[in-house]
Amino acid sequence: MDYSLLTDLTIAEARRALDAKECSALELADAYLEAIKEKDGEIHAYLEVWEEAARAEARAADAQLSAGTGRALTGIPLALKDNILVEGRTASAASKILENYAASYDATVTKKLKEQSVVFLGRTNMDEFAMGSSTENSAYGPTKNPHDVARVPGGSSGGSAAAVAARLCAASLGSDTGGSIRQPAALCGVVGLYPTYGSVSRFGLIAMGSSLDQIGPLARTVEDAGILFNAICGHDPRDSTSIPATGNRPPATKRIGVPRDFLGSGIEADVLENFEKTLARLREKGYEVRDITLPNIRHSLAVYYIVMPAEASTNLARYDGIRYGLSSPAEDIAGVYAKTRGEGFGLEVRRRILVGTFVLSAGYADAYYRRALGVRARIRREFAEALDEASGVDVIATPTTPAPAFKLGEKADPLSMYAADIFTVPVNLAGIPAISVPNGSLEREGKTLPTAIQFIGRPRDESTLFAVGVDVEKTSG
Amino acid sequence: MTQVDIESLAKLARLEVSNEERSRMEEDIPAIVEFVETIQKAEADAPPSAGSTGSPHSHIGLQNVMREDENPHESGKFTERMLSGAPKVVDGRVAVRQVLKRSP
Repeated sequence: MDYSLLTDLTIAEARRALDAKECSALELADAYLEAIKEKDGEIHAYLEVWEEAARAEARAADAQLSAGTGRALTGIPLALKDNILVEGRTASAASKILENYAASYDATVTKKLKEQSVVFLGRTNMDEFAMGSSTENSAYGPTKNPHDVARVPGGSSGGSAAAVAARLCAASLGSDTGGSIRQPAALCGVVGLYPTYGSVSRFGLIAMGSSLDQIGPLARTVEDAGILFNAICGHDPRDSTSIPATGNRPPATKRIGVPRDFLGSGIEADVLENFEKTLARLREKGYEVRDITLPNIRHSLAVYYIVMPAEASTNLARYDGIRYGLSSPAEDIAGVYAKTRGEGFGLEVRRRILVGTFVLSAGYADAYYRRALGVRARIRREFAEALDEASGVDVIATPTTPAPAFKLGEKADPLSMYAADIFTVPVNLAGIPAISVPNGSLEREGKTLPTAIQFIGRPRDESTLFAVGVDVEKTSG
Repeated sequence: MTQVDIESLAKLARLEVSNEERSRMEEDIPAIVEFVETIQKAEADAPPSAGSTGSPHSHIGLQNVMREDENPHESGKFTERMLSGAPKVVDGRVAVRQVLKRSP
Protein backbone atom coordinates (compact mmCIF):
# COMPACT_ATOMS: atom_id res chain seq x y z
CA MET A 1 0.00 0.00 0.00
CA ASP A 2 1.17 3.54 -0.74
CA TYR A 3 2.07 4.93 2.67
CA SER A 4 0.94 8.44 1.76
CA LEU A 5 -2.69 7.27 1.97
CA LEU A 6 -2.09 7.01 5.71
CA THR A 7 0.38 9.85 6.26
CA ASP A 8 -1.98 12.29 4.52
CA LEU A 9 -4.61 11.75 7.24
CA THR A 10 -5.16 14.50 9.80
CA ILE A 11 -5.45 13.49 13.46
CA ALA A 12 -9.24 13.69 13.18
CA GLU A 13 -9.27 11.54 10.02
CA ALA A 14 -6.81 9.02 11.48
CA ARG A 15 -8.96 8.77 14.61
CA ARG A 16 -11.96 7.88 12.49
CA ALA A 17 -9.96 5.36 10.42
CA LEU A 18 -8.49 3.71 13.54
CA ASP A 19 -11.85 3.51 15.29
CA ALA A 20 -13.50 2.08 12.16
CA LYS A 21 -10.65 -0.49 11.92
CA GLU A 22 -9.80 0.70 8.42
CA CYS A 23 -6.17 0.69 9.52
CA SER A 24 -4.26 -0.29 12.64
CA ALA A 25 -2.05 1.95 14.77
CA LEU A 26 0.88 -0.24 13.71
CA GLU A 27 0.14 0.33 10.01
CA LEU A 28 -0.14 4.04 10.68
CA ALA A 29 3.18 4.13 12.58
CA ASP A 30 4.88 2.05 9.87
CA ALA A 31 3.64 4.45 7.20
CA TYR A 32 5.27 7.38 9.00
CA LEU A 33 8.47 5.43 9.69
CA GLU A 34 8.70 4.63 5.98
CA ALA A 35 8.06 8.28 5.07
CA ILE A 36 10.79 9.36 7.48
CA LYS A 37 13.25 6.86 5.94
CA GLU A 38 12.50 8.12 2.47
CA LYS A 39 12.39 11.88 3.07
CA ASP A 40 14.11 12.87 6.28
CA GLY A 41 17.62 12.46 4.91
CA GLU A 42 16.96 15.64 2.97
CA ILE A 43 14.68 17.50 5.42
CA HIS A 44 16.48 16.58 8.68
CA ALA A 45 13.41 17.26 10.82
CA TYR A 46 14.37 14.53 13.31
CA LEU A 47 17.42 14.30 15.54
CA GLU A 48 16.44 10.78 16.53
CA VAL A 49 13.73 8.38 15.42
CA TRP A 50 12.49 5.91 18.04
CA GLU A 51 11.57 3.23 15.53
CA GLU A 52 11.33 0.12 17.70
CA ALA A 53 9.70 1.90 20.61
CA ALA A 54 7.19 3.51 18.24
CA ARG A 55 6.17 0.09 16.93
CA ALA A 56 5.80 -1.23 20.47
CA GLU A 57 3.67 1.78 21.41
CA ALA A 58 1.56 1.26 18.28
CA ARG A 59 0.94 -2.39 19.22
CA ALA A 60 -0.09 -1.31 22.72
CA ALA A 61 -2.44 1.25 21.20
CA ASP A 62 -3.96 -1.41 18.94
CA ALA A 63 -4.62 -3.58 21.99
CA GLN A 64 -6.42 -0.69 23.66
CA LEU A 65 -8.44 0.05 20.56
CA SER A 66 -9.50 -3.62 20.36
CA ALA A 67 -10.50 -3.51 24.01
CA GLY A 68 -12.54 -0.37 23.34
CA THR A 69 -10.55 1.78 25.76
CA GLY A 70 -9.01 4.13 23.19
CA ARG A 71 -8.98 7.89 23.71
CA ALA A 72 -8.72 10.93 21.41
CA LEU A 73 -5.03 10.43 20.62
CA THR A 74 -4.64 6.67 21.08
CA GLY A 75 -2.42 5.36 18.29
CA ILE A 76 -1.72 8.80 16.77
CA PRO A 77 1.97 9.20 15.73
CA LEU A 78 3.45 12.41 17.13
CA ALA A 79 6.89 14.02 17.31
CA LEU A 80 8.36 15.97 20.24
CA LYS A 81 10.75 18.90 20.17
CA ASP A 82 14.15 17.97 21.57
CA ASN A 83 13.64 20.11 24.70
CA ILE A 84 10.68 18.08 26.05
CA LEU A 85 11.69 15.28 28.42
CA VAL A 86 10.80 11.61 27.91
CA GLU A 87 12.17 9.42 30.69
CA GLY A 88 15.21 7.42 29.58
CA ARG A 89 15.47 9.23 26.24
CA THR A 90 18.09 11.70 25.14
CA ALA A 91 16.91 15.32 25.37
CA SER A 92 19.68 17.54 24.06
CA ALA A 93 17.92 20.84 23.23
CA ALA A 94 20.07 20.49 20.06
CA SER A 95 23.12 21.42 22.14
CA LYS A 96 26.51 19.76 22.51
CA ILE A 97 26.35 20.45 26.24
CA LEU A 98 23.46 17.94 26.57
CA GLU A 99 24.52 15.56 23.79
CA ASN A 100 24.56 12.55 26.09
CA TYR A 101 21.92 13.61 28.57
CA ALA A 102 19.12 11.10 29.13
CA ALA A 103 16.01 12.50 30.83
CA SER A 104 15.43 11.16 34.32
CA TYR A 105 11.69 11.86 34.28
CA ASP A 106 8.74 12.53 31.95
CA ALA A 107 7.57 16.07 31.24
CA THR A 108 3.95 16.58 32.27
CA VAL A 109 2.93 16.88 28.60
CA THR A 110 4.74 13.60 27.86
CA LYS A 111 2.95 11.92 30.75
CA LYS A 112 -0.42 13.18 29.52
CA LEU A 113 0.25 11.89 26.01
CA LYS A 114 1.48 8.53 27.33
CA GLU A 115 -1.78 8.20 29.27
CA GLN A 116 -3.59 8.49 25.94
CA SER A 117 -1.26 5.88 24.37
CA VAL A 118 0.07 8.05 21.56
CA VAL A 119 2.93 6.80 19.41
CA PHE A 120 6.12 8.87 19.81
CA LEU A 121 8.03 8.82 16.53
CA GLY A 122 11.08 10.71 17.73
CA ARG A 123 12.61 14.02 18.79
CA THR A 124 12.78 16.94 16.40
CA ASN A 125 15.53 19.39 15.53
CA MET A 126 15.55 22.93 16.87
CA ASP A 127 17.76 25.95 17.40
CA GLU A 128 20.07 25.23 20.32
CA PHE A 129 18.17 25.83 23.59
CA ALA A 130 15.33 27.24 21.45
CA MET A 131 17.42 30.31 20.59
CA GLY A 132 16.85 31.20 16.98
CA SER A 133 14.36 31.54 14.15
CA SER A 134 15.75 29.15 11.54
CA THR A 135 17.11 25.93 13.21
CA GLU A 136 20.52 26.99 11.86
CA ASN A 137 21.66 27.28 15.47
CA SER A 138 21.24 23.54 16.03
CA ALA A 139 24.52 21.88 16.97
CA TYR A 140 23.47 18.99 14.70
CA GLY A 141 22.91 20.82 11.42
CA PRO A 142 19.89 22.73 10.13
CA THR A 143 16.45 21.45 9.12
CA LYS A 144 15.30 22.29 5.57
CA ASN A 145 11.94 23.73 4.59
CA PRO A 146 9.86 21.07 2.80
CA HIS A 147 8.52 23.72 0.38
CA ASP A 148 12.04 24.62 -0.76
CA VAL A 149 15.05 22.85 0.73
CA ALA A 150 17.25 25.88 0.03
CA ARG A 151 15.23 27.72 2.68
CA VAL A 152 14.90 27.50 6.44
CA PRO A 153 11.82 26.01 8.12
CA GLY A 154 11.86 28.81 10.71
CA GLY A 155 12.60 28.20 14.34
CA SER A 156 13.21 27.42 16.94
CA SER A 157 10.67 24.56 16.56
CA GLY A 158 11.73 24.14 12.91
CA GLY A 159 12.02 20.35 13.08
CA SER A 160 8.55 20.03 14.58
CA ALA A 161 7.08 22.29 11.87
CA ALA A 162 8.91 20.64 8.97
CA ALA A 163 7.94 17.16 10.22
CA VAL A 164 4.25 18.12 10.17
CA ALA A 165 4.50 19.85 6.77
CA ALA A 166 6.41 16.95 5.15
CA ARG A 167 3.97 14.36 6.53
CA LEU A 168 6.64 12.85 8.78
CA CYS A 169 4.28 12.88 11.80
CA ALA A 170 0.57 13.53 12.27
CA ALA A 171 1.29 16.50 14.54
CA SER A 172 3.98 17.61 16.95
CA LEU A 173 4.77 19.60 20.05
CA GLY A 174 7.04 22.60 20.06
CA SER A 175 7.84 25.36 22.52
CA ASP A 176 7.37 29.09 21.99
CA THR A 177 9.28 31.80 23.86
CA GLY A 178 9.03 34.60 21.28
CA GLY A 179 7.39 32.91 18.28
CA SER A 180 9.17 29.55 18.15
CA ILE A 181 5.96 27.64 17.36
CA ARG A 182 4.07 30.24 15.28
CA GLN A 183 6.95 31.46 13.08
CA PRO A 184 8.07 27.99 11.86
CA ALA A 185 4.41 26.96 11.51
CA ALA A 186 3.95 29.99 9.23
CA LEU A 187 7.08 29.32 7.18
CA CYS A 188 6.17 25.63 6.72
CA GLY A 189 2.46 26.14 6.04
CA VAL A 190 1.05 24.44 9.13
CA VAL A 191 -1.01 25.57 12.14
CA GLY A 192 0.77 26.57 15.37
CA LEU A 193 -0.59 27.66 18.75
CA TYR A 194 1.00 29.62 21.59
CA PRO A 195 -1.38 28.80 24.46
CA THR A 196 -2.22 31.21 27.30
CA TYR A 197 0.80 31.43 29.61
CA GLY A 198 0.27 28.93 32.41
CA SER A 199 -2.32 26.79 30.64
CA VAL A 200 0.16 24.05 29.62
CA SER A 201 2.62 22.78 32.20
CA ARG A 202 6.29 23.63 31.63
CA PHE A 203 7.41 20.84 33.98
CA GLY A 204 9.96 18.85 32.00
CA LEU A 205 10.50 21.51 29.35
CA ILE A 206 14.15 22.59 29.18
CA ALA A 207 13.79 26.22 30.27
CA MET A 208 14.81 29.25 28.21
CA GLY A 209 12.84 32.35 29.27
CA SER A 210 10.60 31.13 32.06
CA SER A 211 8.13 34.04 32.06
CA LEU A 212 7.65 33.56 28.28
CA ASP A 213 7.99 29.81 27.53
CA GLN A 214 4.95 27.69 26.67
CA ILE A 215 4.62 24.27 25.04
CA GLY A 216 2.07 24.11 22.23
CA PRO A 217 0.89 22.09 19.23
CA LEU A 218 1.89 22.20 15.56
CA ALA A 219 -0.64 20.49 13.30
CA ARG A 220 -2.01 20.37 9.79
CA THR A 221 -5.42 21.77 10.69
CA VAL A 222 -6.88 24.06 13.33
CA GLU A 223 -9.06 21.15 14.49
CA ASP A 224 -5.97 18.97 15.05
CA ALA A 225 -4.21 21.77 16.95
CA GLY A 226 -7.27 21.99 19.20
CA ILE A 227 -7.31 18.22 19.81
CA LEU A 228 -3.65 18.25 20.80
CA PHE A 229 -4.00 21.39 22.94
CA ASN A 230 -6.90 19.85 24.85
CA ALA A 231 -4.79 16.76 25.52
CA ILE A 232 -1.87 18.68 27.06
CA CYS A 233 -3.45 21.63 28.92
CA GLY A 234 -4.52 21.66 32.55
CA HIS A 235 -3.29 22.65 35.98
CA ASP A 236 -0.07 21.06 37.22
CA PRO A 237 1.09 21.45 40.82
CA ARG A 238 4.64 20.75 39.59
CA ASP A 239 4.76 24.03 37.64
CA SER A 240 4.37 27.01 39.97
CA THR A 241 3.20 29.19 37.06
CA SER A 242 0.44 26.76 36.08
CA ILE A 243 -3.05 28.28 36.20
CA PRO A 244 -6.16 26.48 37.50
CA ALA A 245 -8.09 24.55 34.88
CA THR A 246 -11.40 26.00 33.77
CA GLY A 247 -13.96 24.84 31.29
CA ASN A 248 -13.64 26.08 27.73
CA ARG A 249 -15.51 29.31 27.26
CA PRO A 250 -17.75 29.56 24.23
CA PRO A 251 -16.20 31.40 21.28
CA ALA A 252 -16.68 35.16 21.48
CA THR A 253 -18.43 37.26 18.87
CA LYS A 254 -16.73 38.37 15.74
CA ARG A 255 -14.78 41.57 16.14
CA ILE A 256 -11.24 41.65 14.68
CA GLY A 257 -8.79 44.45 15.47
CA VAL A 258 -5.88 45.32 13.17
CA PRO A 259 -2.98 47.35 14.61
CA ARG A 260 -2.30 49.21 11.33
CA ASP A 261 0.45 51.46 12.62
CA PHE A 262 2.43 48.36 13.60
CA LEU A 263 2.20 46.84 10.10
CA GLY A 264 3.90 49.73 8.34
CA SER A 265 7.54 48.94 7.86
CA GLY A 266 9.61 45.90 7.01
CA ILE A 267 6.75 43.76 5.76
CA GLU A 268 6.89 42.38 2.22
CA ALA A 269 4.17 43.61 -0.13
CA ASP A 270 2.68 40.26 -1.13
CA VAL A 271 2.63 39.07 2.51
CA LEU A 272 0.54 42.13 3.34
CA GLU A 273 -1.62 41.48 0.27
CA ASN A 274 -2.46 37.95 1.44
CA PHE A 275 -3.22 39.32 4.90
CA GLU A 276 -5.66 41.89 3.48
CA LYS A 277 -7.33 39.25 1.29
CA THR A 278 -7.95 37.06 4.33
CA LEU A 279 -9.44 39.98 6.26
CA ALA A 280 -11.70 40.78 3.30
CA ARG A 281 -12.96 37.19 3.19
CA LEU A 282 -13.61 37.21 6.94
CA ARG A 283 -15.55 40.45 6.51
CA GLU A 284 -17.71 38.69 3.92
CA LYS A 285 -18.33 35.96 6.47
CA GLY A 286 -19.79 38.48 8.90
CA TYR A 287 -16.74 39.56 10.89
CA GLU A 288 -16.35 43.19 11.84
CA VAL A 289 -12.79 44.34 11.06
CA ARG A 290 -11.61 47.58 12.63
CA ASP A 291 -8.33 49.40 13.10
CA ILE A 292 -6.90 49.55 16.59
CA THR A 293 -3.89 51.27 18.14
CA LEU A 294 -1.35 49.61 20.43
CA PRO A 295 1.02 52.55 20.93
CA ASN A 296 3.94 50.71 22.56
CA ILE A 297 3.77 47.38 20.79
CA ARG A 298 6.54 48.54 18.43
CA HIS A 299 8.94 48.41 21.38
CA SER A 300 8.20 44.72 21.99
CA LEU A 301 11.24 43.31 20.19
CA ALA A 302 13.61 45.51 22.19
CA VAL A 303 11.86 44.63 25.46
CA TYR A 304 12.02 40.96 24.51
CA TYR A 305 15.76 41.08 23.80
CA ILE A 306 16.30 42.28 27.36
CA VAL A 307 13.85 40.07 29.27
CA MET A 308 14.57 36.84 27.38
CA PRO A 309 18.41 36.91 27.58
CA ALA A 310 18.16 37.94 31.24
CA GLU A 311 16.03 34.89 32.01
CA ALA A 312 17.97 32.60 29.67
CA SER A 313 21.35 33.52 31.15
CA THR A 314 19.91 32.68 34.58
CA ASN A 315 18.31 29.42 33.46
CA LEU A 316 21.45 28.28 31.64
CA ALA A 317 23.62 28.79 34.72
CA ARG A 318 22.71 25.21 35.64
CA TYR A 319 24.85 23.82 32.80
CA ASP A 320 28.13 23.87 34.62
CA GLY A 321 29.65 20.45 33.97
CA ILE A 322 28.76 19.22 37.44
CA ARG A 323 25.20 17.89 37.62
CA TYR A 324 24.55 16.77 34.06
CA GLY A 325 25.73 16.93 30.50
CA LEU A 326 29.16 17.72 29.17
CA SER A 327 32.02 18.22 31.62
CA SER A 328 35.38 19.53 30.41
CA PRO A 329 38.28 18.73 32.72
CA ALA A 330 40.22 21.66 34.20
CA GLU A 331 42.55 22.51 37.06
CA ASP A 332 39.94 23.84 39.45
CA ILE A 333 36.16 24.01 39.69
CA ALA A 334 35.90 27.54 38.21
CA GLY A 335 37.88 26.24 35.24
CA VAL A 336 35.47 23.31 34.83
CA TYR A 337 32.53 25.72 34.71
CA ALA A 338 34.07 28.14 32.23
CA LYS A 339 35.57 25.51 29.94
CA THR A 340 32.48 23.28 29.87
CA ARG A 341 30.24 26.23 29.04
CA GLY A 342 32.67 27.67 26.51
CA GLU A 343 32.93 24.34 24.69
CA GLY A 344 29.37 23.11 25.15
CA PHE A 345 27.33 26.18 24.17
CA GLY A 346 27.07 27.39 20.57
CA LEU A 347 27.66 30.95 19.38
CA GLU A 348 24.11 32.31 19.69
CA VAL A 349 23.67 30.80 23.15
CA ARG A 350 26.94 32.36 24.33
CA ARG A 351 25.85 35.66 22.81
CA ARG A 352 22.56 35.65 24.69
CA ILE A 353 24.21 34.63 27.94
CA LEU A 354 26.52 37.63 27.63
CA VAL A 355 23.66 40.02 26.76
CA GLY A 356 21.62 38.65 29.69
CA THR A 357 24.55 39.03 32.04
CA PHE A 358 25.01 42.62 30.84
CA VAL A 359 21.38 43.73 31.33
CA LEU A 360 21.33 42.19 34.81
CA SER A 361 24.70 43.48 35.97
CA ALA A 362 25.03 46.10 38.70
CA GLY A 363 24.80 49.59 37.28
CA TYR A 364 22.81 48.46 34.22
CA ALA A 365 19.94 46.42 35.67
CA ASP A 366 17.76 49.47 36.39
CA ALA A 367 18.22 51.07 32.99
CA TYR A 368 17.72 47.84 31.08
CA TYR A 369 16.04 44.96 32.91
CA ARG A 370 13.81 46.93 35.30
CA ARG A 371 12.90 49.43 32.62
CA ALA A 372 12.01 46.57 30.26
CA LEU A 373 9.68 45.07 32.89
CA GLY A 374 7.89 48.42 33.10
CA VAL A 375 7.44 48.64 29.33
CA ARG A 376 6.33 45.01 29.33
CA ALA A 377 3.63 45.82 31.89
CA ARG A 378 2.52 48.71 29.66
CA ILE A 379 2.36 46.50 26.54
CA ARG A 380 0.36 43.91 28.45
CA ARG A 381 -2.10 46.59 29.57
CA GLU A 382 -2.49 47.90 26.02
CA PHE A 383 -3.39 44.40 24.83
CA ALA A 384 -5.89 43.99 27.71
CA GLU A 385 -7.55 47.30 26.84
CA ALA A 386 -7.72 46.49 23.13
CA LEU A 387 -9.27 43.10 23.94
CA ASP A 388 -11.76 44.51 26.47
CA GLU A 389 -14.96 42.48 26.26
CA ALA A 390 -17.27 45.50 26.29
CA SER A 391 -15.51 48.14 24.23
CA GLY A 392 -12.71 46.25 22.48
CA VAL A 393 -12.26 43.52 19.88
CA ASP A 394 -12.36 39.73 20.33
CA VAL A 395 -9.13 39.00 18.47
CA ILE A 396 -6.23 41.01 17.08
CA ALA A 397 -4.88 40.05 13.65
CA THR A 398 -1.39 40.48 12.20
CA PRO A 399 0.61 38.58 9.62
CA THR A 400 2.58 35.91 11.55
CA THR A 401 5.85 36.88 9.86
CA PRO A 402 6.91 39.90 7.78
CA ALA A 403 8.28 37.66 5.01
CA PRO A 404 8.09 34.06 3.78
CA ALA A 405 10.83 31.49 4.49
CA PHE A 406 14.30 32.93 3.95
CA LYS A 407 17.35 31.13 2.59
CA LEU A 408 19.77 29.14 4.69
CA GLY A 409 22.66 31.44 5.63
CA GLU A 410 20.78 34.57 4.59
CA LYS A 411 20.54 36.13 8.05
CA ALA A 412 24.05 35.95 9.49
CA ASP A 413 23.65 39.18 11.45
CA PRO A 414 21.88 38.48 14.77
CA LEU A 415 19.66 41.57 14.65
CA SER A 416 18.26 40.70 11.22
CA MET A 417 17.43 37.21 12.52
CA TYR A 418 15.72 38.70 15.60
CA ALA A 419 13.48 40.83 13.34
CA ALA A 420 11.86 37.65 11.94
CA ASP A 421 9.87 37.51 15.20
CA ILE A 422 8.59 41.08 15.20
CA PHE A 423 4.89 40.10 15.13
CA THR A 424 5.14 37.11 17.48
CA VAL A 425 7.14 38.40 20.48
CA PRO A 426 4.52 40.93 21.72
CA VAL A 427 2.22 37.98 22.47
CA ASN A 428 4.74 36.27 24.75
CA LEU A 429 5.35 39.51 26.64
CA ALA A 430 1.60 39.70 27.32
CA GLY A 431 1.20 35.97 28.05
CA ILE A 432 -1.96 35.77 25.93
CA PRO A 433 -2.78 33.06 23.39
CA ALA A 434 -2.18 33.32 19.65
CA ILE A 435 -2.62 31.02 16.69
CA SER A 436 -0.90 31.03 13.30
CA VAL A 437 -2.99 29.73 10.40
CA PRO A 438 -1.82 29.34 6.76
CA ASN A 439 -3.61 31.93 4.61
CA GLY A 440 -2.20 31.53 1.13
CA SER A 441 1.05 31.42 -0.77
CA LEU A 442 3.40 33.48 -2.88
CA GLU A 443 6.19 32.88 -5.37
CA ARG A 444 9.91 33.29 -4.78
CA GLU A 445 12.40 32.20 -7.46
CA GLY A 446 10.01 29.68 -8.94
CA LYS A 447 9.02 28.14 -5.59
CA THR A 448 5.64 28.39 -3.93
CA LEU A 449 5.97 29.41 -0.29
CA PRO A 450 3.24 29.62 2.36
CA THR A 451 2.17 32.74 4.27
CA ALA A 452 0.19 32.88 7.50
CA ILE A 453 -2.08 35.07 9.58
CA GLN A 454 -1.84 35.35 13.37
CA PHE A 455 -4.82 35.86 15.67
CA ILE A 456 -4.20 37.00 19.23
CA GLY A 457 -6.91 36.47 21.85
CA ARG A 458 -7.88 37.06 25.45
CA PRO A 459 -6.27 34.97 28.21
CA ARG A 460 -7.72 31.43 28.13
CA ASP A 461 -9.83 32.17 25.10
CA GLU A 462 -8.24 29.63 22.76
CA SER A 463 -11.71 28.57 21.63
CA THR A 464 -12.26 31.89 19.84
CA LEU A 465 -8.87 31.54 18.13
CA PHE A 466 -9.84 28.06 16.92
CA ALA A 467 -13.21 29.34 15.66
CA VAL A 468 -11.63 32.17 13.64
CA GLY A 469 -8.88 29.81 12.45
CA VAL A 470 -11.43 27.34 11.09
CA ASP A 471 -13.12 30.18 9.21
CA VAL A 472 -9.77 31.12 7.63
CA GLU A 473 -9.27 27.50 6.55
CA LYS A 474 -12.74 27.41 5.01
CA THR A 475 -12.26 30.65 3.08
CA SER A 476 -8.68 29.90 1.98
CA GLY A 477 -9.65 26.45 0.70
CA MET B 1 27.59 53.55 21.91
CA THR B 2 27.61 51.84 25.30
CA GLN B 3 30.99 50.36 26.17
CA VAL B 4 30.73 46.66 26.86
CA ASP B 5 33.60 44.86 28.57
CA ILE B 6 33.27 41.37 27.13
CA GLU B 7 36.02 39.93 29.28
CA SER B 8 34.42 40.84 32.59
CA LEU B 9 30.96 39.80 31.36
CA ALA B 10 32.38 36.42 30.36
CA LYS B 11 33.90 36.12 33.80
CA LEU B 12 30.58 36.94 35.47
CA ALA B 13 28.83 34.39 33.24
CA ARG B 14 31.54 31.76 33.88
CA LEU B 15 32.05 31.41 30.18
CA GLU B 16 35.37 30.82 28.44
CA VAL B 17 35.61 33.11 25.41
CA SER B 18 38.51 32.73 22.99
CA ASN B 19 40.38 35.79 21.72
CA GLU B 20 38.95 35.37 18.25
CA GLU B 21 35.45 35.15 19.61
CA ARG B 22 35.96 38.09 21.92
CA SER B 23 36.55 40.42 18.98
CA ARG B 24 33.37 39.15 17.34
CA MET B 25 31.39 39.63 20.56
CA GLU B 26 32.86 43.12 20.90
CA GLU B 27 30.97 43.97 17.71
CA ASP B 28 27.80 41.90 18.24
CA ILE B 29 26.96 42.71 21.86
CA PRO B 30 27.17 46.54 21.63
CA ALA B 31 24.99 46.39 18.48
CA ILE B 32 22.35 44.40 20.39
CA VAL B 33 22.62 46.73 23.39
CA GLU B 34 22.21 49.75 21.11
CA PHE B 35 19.05 48.18 19.66
CA VAL B 36 17.45 47.35 23.01
CA GLU B 37 18.25 50.84 24.29
CA THR B 38 15.33 52.06 22.17
CA ILE B 39 13.07 51.08 25.09
CA GLN B 40 14.15 54.29 26.79
CA LYS B 41 11.78 55.99 24.32
CA ALA B 42 8.84 53.74 25.22
CA GLU B 43 6.15 54.52 27.76
CA ALA B 44 6.33 52.36 30.86
CA ASP B 45 4.03 51.36 33.68
CA ALA B 46 5.39 50.84 37.17
CA PRO B 47 7.62 47.78 37.03
CA PRO B 48 6.65 44.89 39.29
CA SER B 49 8.24 44.84 42.73
CA ALA B 50 11.92 44.01 43.05
CA GLY B 51 12.60 40.30 42.86
CA SER B 52 9.56 39.65 40.66
CA THR B 53 10.08 38.29 37.17
CA GLY B 54 7.04 40.20 35.95
CA SER B 55 5.56 36.92 34.82
CA PRO B 56 2.35 37.57 32.94
CA HIS B 57 -0.06 36.37 35.57
CA SER B 58 -1.43 39.69 36.67
CA HIS B 59 -4.36 39.31 34.30
CA ILE B 60 -5.78 36.49 36.39
CA GLY B 61 -4.64 37.76 39.76
CA LEU B 62 -2.22 34.92 40.48
CA GLN B 63 1.15 35.04 42.13
CA ASN B 64 3.90 32.55 42.80
CA VAL B 65 3.52 30.63 46.04
CA MET B 66 5.77 28.06 47.64
CA ARG B 67 4.31 24.92 49.13
CA GLU B 68 4.80 24.21 52.82
CA ASP B 69 8.11 22.53 53.56
CA GLU B 70 6.57 19.34 54.92
CA ASN B 71 5.95 15.67 54.13
CA PRO B 72 9.44 14.93 52.85
CA HIS B 73 9.85 11.87 50.68
CA GLU B 74 11.76 8.88 51.94
CA SER B 75 15.51 9.61 51.94
CA GLY B 76 17.38 8.22 48.96
CA LYS B 77 14.24 7.50 46.94
CA PHE B 78 15.32 9.59 43.95
CA THR B 79 19.08 9.61 44.50
CA GLU B 80 19.97 7.13 41.77
CA ARG B 81 17.80 8.85 39.19
CA MET B 82 19.05 12.30 40.17
CA LEU B 83 22.64 11.17 39.82
CA SER B 84 22.14 9.29 36.56
CA GLY B 85 22.95 12.36 34.50
CA ALA B 86 25.93 13.59 36.50
CA PRO B 87 29.32 13.43 34.76
CA LYS B 88 31.11 12.13 37.86
CA VAL B 89 29.64 10.32 40.84
CA VAL B 90 31.37 8.90 43.92
CA ASP B 91 29.49 6.94 46.61
CA GLY B 92 26.05 8.32 45.83
CA ARG B 93 27.28 11.89 45.54
CA VAL B 94 28.20 14.27 42.74
CA ALA B 95 31.99 14.58 42.57
CA VAL B 96 33.56 18.00 41.92
CA ARG B 97 37.06 19.45 41.77
CA GLN B 98 38.36 20.94 44.98
CA VAL B 99 36.55 24.18 45.79
CA LEU B 100 38.42 25.46 48.84
CA LYS B 101 42.18 25.58 49.23
CA ARG B 102 44.09 25.30 52.48
CA SER B 103 45.93 28.57 53.06
CA PRO B 104 49.70 28.12 52.92
